Amino acid sequence: MTTTANSATGAVAKPEDVTLTIDGVEVTAPKGTLIIRAAEQVGIQIPRFCDHPLLAPAGACRQCLVMVSTPDRDGNLRQMPKPQASCTMEISPGMVVNTQRTSEVADKAQHGVMEFLLINHPLDCPVCDKGGECPLQNQAMSNGRATSRFTDVKRTYPKPVKISTEILLDRDRCILCQRCTRFQAEIAGDPFIDLQGRGGGHPGGSEHGMLPQQIGAFDEGILGFSAFGGDEPRDVAVTDQMTGPDGDPALLSGVSYTVGAAEVDTTGRPFASYFSGNTIQICPVGALTSATYRFRARPFDLVSTPSVAEHDACGSAIRVDHRRGVVLRRLAGNDPAVNEEWITDKDRFAFAWQSLPDVLEAPLVRDEETGELVPTSWSEAIALAAQGLAEAAENGGVGVLPGGRLTLEDAYAWSKFARVVLGTNDVDFRARAHSAEEAQFLGHAVAGTGMGVTFNDLEAAPHVLLVGLEPEEEAGTIFLRLRKAVLAKKTSVTTVAPFATRGSVKMRAAVVTTEPGGETEALRAIAAGEADHGPLREALSAPGAVVLVGERLAQVPGGLTAALALAEATGARLAWVPRRAGDRGAVEAGLLPGLLPGGRPVTDAEARVDIASAWGVEGSLPAEPGRDLTGILAAAGAGELGGLLLGGVDVEDLPGSGAAEQAVRDAGFVVQLEVRSSALSRYADVVLPVAPPTKKAGRFLTWEGRPRPFEAVFATSARSDAQVLDMLARGMGVRLGTDSVAAAGAEVDELSGWDGARVPAPQVEGRRVERREGEHTLATWRMMIDAARCQDGEPYLAGTAHRPVARISPATAAGLGVRDGERVTVRGPLGSVTLPALVTPMPDHVAWLPLHSPGSSLYRMLGAGAGDAVRLEAAAHPTDAEVTR
Amino acid sequence: MSERAMLGPVLSDIWDAEKPWTLATYTQHHGYEAWRHAIHQEPASLVDVVKNSGLRGRGGAGFPTGLKWSFLPPPDGGPRYLVVNADESEPGTCKDIPLMMANPHALVEGMAITSFAIGANHAFIYLRGEVVHVYRRLLAAVREAREAGLLGTNIMGTGYDLQITVHAGAGAYICGEETALLDSLEGRRGQPRLKPPFPAVAGLYARPTVVNNVESVASVPGIIRGGEDWFASMGTEKSKGHGFFSLSGHVARPGQYEAPLGITLRELLDLAGGIRDGHQLKFWTPGGSSTPIFTAEHLDVPLDFDSVAAAGSMLGTRALQIFDETVSVVRAVTRWLDFYSHESCGKCTPCREGTYWLREVLHRLEAGQGREGDVDLLLDIADNIEGRSFCALGDAAATPVKSGIKHFREEFEQGMHTPAWELFPYEANALFTELAGAAR
Repeated sequence: MTTTANSATGAVAKPEDVTLTIDGVEVTAPKGTLIIRAAEQVGIQIPRFCDHPLLAPAGACRQCLVMVSTPDRDGNLRQMPKPQASCTMEISPGMVVNTQRTSEVADKAQHGVMEFLLINHPLDCPVCDKGGECPLQNQAMSNGRATSRFTDVKRTYPKPVKISTEILLDRDRCILCQRCTRFQAEIAGDPFIDLQGRGGGHPGGSEHGMLPQQIGAFDEGILGFSAFGGDEPRDVAVTDQMTGPDGDPALLSGVSYTVGAAEVDTTGRPFASYFSGNTIQICPVGALTSATYRFRARPFDLVSTPSVAEHDACGSAIRVDHRRGVVLRRLAGNDPAVNEEWITDKDRFAFAWQSLPDVLEAPLVRDEETGELVPTSWSEAIALAAQGLAEAAENGGVGVLPGGRLTLEDAYAWSKFARVVLGTNDVDFRARAHSAEEAQFLGHAVAGTGMGVTFNDLEAAPHVLLVGLEPEEEAGTIFLRLRKAVLAKKTSVTTVAPFATRGSVKMRAAVVTTEPGGETEALRAIAAGEADHGPLREALSAPGAVVLVGERLAQVPGGLTAALALAEATGARLAWVPRRAGDRGAVEAGLLPGLLPGGRPVTDAEARVDIASAWGVEGSLPAEPGRDLTGILAAAGAGELGGLLLGGVDVEDLPGSGAAEQAVRDAGFVVQLEVRSSALSRYADVVLPVAPPTKKAGRFLTWEGRPRPFEAVFATSARSDAQVLDMLARGMGVRLGTDSVAAAGAEVDELSGWDGARVPAPQVEGRRVERREGEHTLATWRMMIDAARCQDGEPYLAGTAHRPVARISPATAAGLGVRDGERVTVRGPLGSVTLPALVTPMPDHVAWLPLHSPGSSLYRMLGAGAGDAVRLEAAAHPTDAEVTR
Repeated sequence: MSERAMLGPVLSDIWDAEKPWTLATYTQHHGYEAWRHAIHQEPASLVDVVKNSGLRGRGGAGFPTGLKWSFLPPPDGGPRYLVVNADESEPGTCKDIPLMMANPHALVEGMAITSFAIGANHAFIYLRGEVVHVYRRLLAAVREAREAGLLGTNIMGTGYDLQITVHAGAGAYICGEETALLDSLEGRRGQPRLKPPFPAVAGLYARPTVVNNVESVASVPGIIRGGEDWFASMGTEKSKGHGFFSLSGHVARPGQYEAPLGITLRELLDLAGGIRDGHQLKFWTPGGSSTPIFTAEHLDVPLDFDSVAAAGSMLGTRALQIFDETVSVVRAVTRWLDFYSHESCGKCTPCREGTYWLREVLHRLEAGQGREGDVDLLLDIADNIEGRSFCALGDAAATPVKSGIKHFREEFEQGMHTPAWELFPYEANALFTELAGAAR
């Protein structure tokens, strides 16, 4: 265990240094460094294609050949007879490397390989998306012949192959470096594409029915599966949504033959990957393209802006490319501390929402005669909103629901506005299932704690326990980091969950099988080392071990209390992982009913004085904790509150969404700050447009607490939440001081570092899961790609989502008389959802459904959420209408 | 010297016996005596015997077999494997398949001794999948040996266990490359692995593994029974022992000639009745299509590893393909390149694309439609493949082109204006048309 202890404390022994000579330049690098990397250190660029610093060496393309000499036993330098691939060979002491700059043999070898790569390449650079940013194009210029000696017929393929709705493959451009297949196998763990066929093939394509080596997705046509599939008649469907190896429509087998029903995407193909877009970015040629970007732009016409992804709490570095005011694509940025060079497909492709037709351009107010929302000037809208809010504040107060997608600066402006302008603590950023225990937990263990556990800490942790968190679905970057560490045998993972998800399997996670609501008991048992949990308790007691709790644990009474107790009992570090980019910043800004900025408790007089003096509002800060989201909506619906100030709140995210919508409808005066008009806009008296991330600057805080600043991509007149609230405050006669990002940022930074009293730890007892006869417990969480509004306008991405299923145990299925793949109906208080059943090893009398996927939006359709009781039955046969759909 | 004296039938000694592939026949001819002896020896002493015998790998490269065994790290309690490379697919090479067909027990016995010597309890035969009849013989031989208590658990009461798995490949030349073979055996796509780690350290299932050729392993029982000195008494100073010489093509009696290493083609041709009547030797391969070709001037080169290398080729698998003066070198080389292009696994650029290009140019030349500079282009493409590819298959593909042009450049130059079939009418060198003609 000494190595574990070392890595946890960061005291890793420094690897031995090795000194060698490259092109006459002495280089010293750590032992184990590859020649190609050592050469980079002294500015010597060796051309390469298959090499990628984050993938295991392959040595496949042979572009990086160099001459290598090593000293023999007597110290005499001996040159290896053949050129060596510098991307696979490690440096050794006294080695002498001659690259193309100093060795004619190496130079000729590289020119030869480059010529080989180009003989079958179409050289269609003028129409290729990669043209202008293409490693093949660039290195053909720097390390290739000016003209080709190849005069014969090139290999061609039908193109493009649709390997998912989003990813297209032009095989004639492919140089078979296998970066894409290696990424999918090594990093993402989703080998949905692989090599097929063999060799270079023939000009006419296949010979003796044998395909040339190529990249492809599994298709029944490959290997003659469908033609020679044995005696059993097989259920093979033809779909032109996908392409087979010969350019024909793809052949899909009956899904149960290759993968389970949960492992297909919306087209019925085996599920690809949440990370497939990375293959496009690392493709060194234009072979892989996205349906979204293909043929839309030339790289040299694009303007690139570094930014931060807004879709989860991981804060992945991205690059936003736009042309003439339109974002055309997003790429992964390179941040070794956060996302390395990978991002999720959602971060990459879901950007259209920021520029859809329903994006608000001008403020809207109610027409006095028709009652319809009509555009108006900012001055009129602000005046009306200010007046209405002032009256509402007098008349019972205003509830403030800012949502979880704000930058730290915007969140701070909301927090200050609520307290200073509206004089209320009725503020809650949590537009999702939540609890008072959670609010207390966040005030106690999260707010004002600065940077806690980091991605790098996860990678170095001897063990990581996940509770209420499904990283592949809810925090993709954490998933990739954990998988990387697990495969490198640096860490191991245990998850407290109802069943082993595909993501858990890919992280080789042990599963503490728990039914919804049983997490509290499970955590207590682990802390006590009961019931076979001794080794787990011990693993969590090792220095550097981490417990990651997802925001979903808030739904389990006593869950967060038990997580704190477990951390205390074992010494493991505890981190909270929310789903949304603005959640952690909102906690820091005090967007909770009992919390002021910087982790200051509302109930602490000293904290209130501290904040009041900073804000120059001595004595007038409300001293009582306010209502949370549920309380605010209930009070607004009942007329106890005079009005509501809404931010980015989607009613579909709220438990009891129907009741929530009614409450907003029945509320008095409603002001909404939104990027796009939403379901709640129809109840608003004033709608004030706020800027999407591309049109504003600010900082997201990651789940780690790491600030992720970004600048606006477009310089526009769009106003951030902080600026709009500043205007609104002026309209109400208060100077908020948040009319610039810098000002708001400086204020919130100044308020960090509170060392006074903290919110006390929650002390909530767990509840036993109780079920009445005939009832089942609902397990659910959100999928990465689902029916969320931030994916609107991106149908190609939506096509790559998992097809929704209802998971039930074998015994539950038998009890219902439902077989795998047959449809099951789940009934809740509001209605029912019918999905194909996926029989899964999991606790009996539990049903798992996706929370908000197309056809499975549980809050609205069932009126039930995680841990709630539902009833199951075998579904009637689908109606004709359903079949044709 | 009598024919019997020039030959040294060891593995082929019982091929003319009644049903030589059965355990009964094999046992009547001293079969499994070596194994019954070896299982009571110290494993290390068996390695020493093979080392001292001077047996060099019969798969082509000629690496000392005993030395290869001794590269395995010391036992760590985990599994170690012996894998026999029976994926014989090189054009011209045809020694292992007849051996396994006629005398499979020699291989099984050799595997038992080798496995015991290296501490393996599970051994595999990776067989070229097309030869179904050989597959059946091997399966039957292993079953017979197991039923006779020569394999299985607690063999001969010694506590030693050995299981042999016969695996049929799916038809890929690349799987004769030992690391591609291991990937294929593991159920993966057959493509060569990055080395290091070498199979001795991390081979099959990432465990220490010895990969040996069929003939090498089958030679072990003879060495154990006859002794290292008996084996070393055959052959030459650095190429000891016996080996198969597979004569094919334009010889009167093609077939397997088992002889001490160091025999010459002239001697072998005498045994095989010479070149077919009325014709002369034009060129030949000493060890399969991937070895540079020889001509009549090399008739007296001793066929051992070092002499052949000194003469500019490789002993390889001793697959002597004999071509008489009716054969177009361009056509022969083009067919070989068809093979190498078809069998290139596709992993690395030079082999995948280079063989594609070579084949395109060669077919032009064969059709008499070559262009100015094509011969030099061929040489340059071959140069850009050789030594640049991931594994030796690329080198193998470049070899026939380079050696063909070296010895017969003028024939390639003629490809710029005259089809090969006009220069060398194809029916003149086809053995079967002549026979058919005679029958008519």
